[in-house]
Amino acid sequence: MNGKRFMGTSKRITGGLGLLLGVGLAAGQAVALEGDAERGQAAAGTCVACHQADGSGMNVPGGESWPRLAGMDADYIAKQLHDFQEGRRQSASMLPFANMLDDQQIVDVAAYYSEMPVTEAQGGDDVDDALLARGEKLALRGDWDAYIVSCMSCHGPRNEGAGSDFPGISSQHAGYIESQLRAWQADERRNDPQNLMGAVAKRMSDEDIRAVSAWLASQSVASE
Amino acid sequence: MKQSRTTLAVASTTLIAGVSLAVSADTLHPAVETLVGLGYPAPQEDELVHIPPTMADLEASDMHPETKAVIRRGHDLFTNTQQLRGENVHNDMNCSSCHLGEGRQPFSAPVWAAAVTLPDYRGKNDHVNNLEERIAGCFAYSMNGTPPEYGSDDMLALTAYHQWLAKGAPMYPDQPIYGRGFPPPERPDELSYASGEALYMENCAICHSEDGSGLYQDGEYIFPPPWGDGSNNWGAGLVRVFTAAGFIKNNMPLGQPNSLSDQEAWDIAYYMSSQERPQDPRYTGDVAETLERFGPTFHRHSLYGQEGPDGEILADHANWGEKGDEITPWNVGVPRFEALKEALEAQ
Ligand code: HEC
Ligand code: HEC
Ligand code: HEC
Ligand code: HEC
Repeated sequence: MNGKRFMGTSKRITGGLGLLLGVGLAAGQAVALEGDAERGQAAAGTCVACHQADGSGMNVPGGESWPRLAGMDADYIAKQLHDFQEGRRQSASMLPFANMLDDQQIVDVAAYYSEMPVTEAQGGDDVDDALLARGEKLALRGDWDAYIVSCMSCHGPRNEGAGSDFPGISSQHAGYIESQLRAWQADERRNDPQNLMGAVAKRMSDEDIRAVSAWLASQSVASE
Repeated sequence: MKQSRTTLAVASTTLIAGVSLAVSADTLHPAVETLVGLGYPAPQEDELVHIPPTMADLEASDMHPETKAVIRRGHDLFTNTQQLRGENVHNDMNCSSCHLGEGRQPFSAPVWAAAVTLPDYRGKNDHVNNLEERIAGCFAYSMNGTPPEYGSDDMLALTAYHQWLAKGAPMYPDQPIYGRGFPPPERPDELSYASGEALYMENCAICHSEDGSGLYQDGEYIFPPPWGDGSNNWGAGLVRVFTAAGFIKNNMPLGQPNSLSDQEAWDIAYYMSSQERPQDPRYTGDVAETLERFGPTFHRHSLYGQEGPDGEILADHANWGEKGDEITPWNVGVPRFEALKEALEAQ
């Protein structure tokens, strides 16, 4: 699927347009392509090096963390892979691997990872209680004096995700959450619909980011 | 400096808690600074600026443990009113669905204001209301339900939470309150249903869904429905188009207040207000008659009884939503102080 990349224009594609494209693709897929977890497992052979066989990813303090994919919403995963391919989301590590997948393989790996049980995250230990308390407040109630809306009001009950647009962030690695919030602050990640995430991330202090990342990483998600 | 004479009443444990501070505010409170940075107006001279205490302040306070527990319960009821579903609440709302930031947020009808201005006369029901009756009103209309009894544990807990938020603010203030209600932007000359619809789909539907039903997932509240059976009924304050425009401009899309132009906020409000929702509990059985009776004090600001987008008359139905026709809110249409009123009129 190399032909459909338009890297050169990526900087000019706004979040809003990204959303329209994303929705279009998702809607198109719903009709045309159905994900198959078994085929997905075969297509995910190269992914395990980073995202691990159980989809748990890895927290890499001081380095680039690999996100947990296990239990993520399938349509969210598919949207991210298309975003990498089409330059709406930038990552030197991920780009070559996203590019290895065709549209069918994207929905297949999405189905495969979405069906895995959510794994435990790292980076939430060895953090002092005051920081964790700050993180809990931001995640569940927000800090309206700084107009930081609670993460939960978009990311759903217990921050386990809402629909396909709002991914689960509970039990995600602290290093990964931190990197994404910083990427939004620096305008390096802009593939969120309507700038919904960017607007909130930009109001957070360094301490807020460390606090909420550690607290979210310390949460367990009960699998059904 | 313009703000220098603004009275700043700050209730926080870091300052002298429980004391109304009339300070000369050369610098704005950080919370107000945040608001100004987001395009809200700065406090006017002589406006009362009150920063309500937080739940953390409550924990840190030396109030009686049982008092704290009751206020905590009130906060819990306010932010998760769905726990009263089927009993007092018959739609998909929490109090905090409209009163953002746990009821503390300026320009999102911060609820502490009622605790320091009531008892007072209220045109909507034409008599003097206290805090309990004001809260009961939001149950009957905004929650499409029926209120907990006056003096009941739940009602006491809710009023305790409202009063706690008012801690340190002066009672019956002479000054106007900064950020009270949902102040509407200036009404444009023309309102467009078509552009309201397009703007709603672009800016709102991702959360509230295209058909306005919001999002419930595995039986849990996520995004509230701006119209339809799960929304507030036709008697709620938010059905007034100017109130809806004020709510939207100041609070939506979530996290991006004041990002819509005045025209856009009004167009979306107009579109939203033209959709169906459960009947007004004051319905007499006839939409035109109800409109005639409650038009002057209320519905002249809503689209109740007007022609809707498909040419049908809005609210011309006996659909009460999940509440059904069995339950009628016990507080609606109950007069008070009739003898006093007669005596006043005789003067
Ligand atoms: C070399 C390591 C590496 C390999 C191999 C790899 N990834 Fe990734 N992946 C990453 C990193 C790092 C990120 C985070 C990128 C960022 O910071 O934006 C990521 C992000 C993702 C995301 C977005 C997750 C989210 O929560 O938004 C998806 C989906 C994903 N990878 C799928 C895959 C799939 C499918 C494969 C195999 C075809 C794969 N990855 C192979 C490193 C890798
Ligand atoms: C107004 C809605 C909104 C709020 C509030 C919000 N988010 Fe998000 N967030 C989003 C959306 C939408 C996305 C998905 C972006 C995309 O599609 O690429 C997202 C994505 C994320 C991601 C990336 C997840 C991944 O797997 O790559 C992280 C991390 C995140 N949010 C953290 C937070 C934290 C922490 C908070 C609270 C401080 C928060 N969010 C509050 C809307 C929101
Ligand atoms: C559908 C939206 C909505 C919901 C839900 C809602 N309210 Fe309200 N509330 C309003 C509106 C609109 C006003 C009037 C604001 C104005 O214009 O002054 C209001 C006003 C109030 C006031 C008076 C504020 C003042 O400035 O005097 C109180 C107190 C209040 N509500 C409490 C509650 C409680 C308690 C609940 C839950 C049981 C609740 N509200 C649920 C919309 C709502
Ligand atoms: C990112 C998700 C999101 C977006 C986008 C969004 N809202 Fe909301 N909206 C919410 C949430 C969440 C609440 C309730 C606040 C809470 O529970 O904390 C809410 C509350 C409301 C309410 C009051 C409750 C009700 O359902 O009547 C209205 C009206 C409303 N929004 C209208 C809009 C309009 C109009 C837009 C577009 C301009 C919009 N919203 C965009 C998430 C969103």
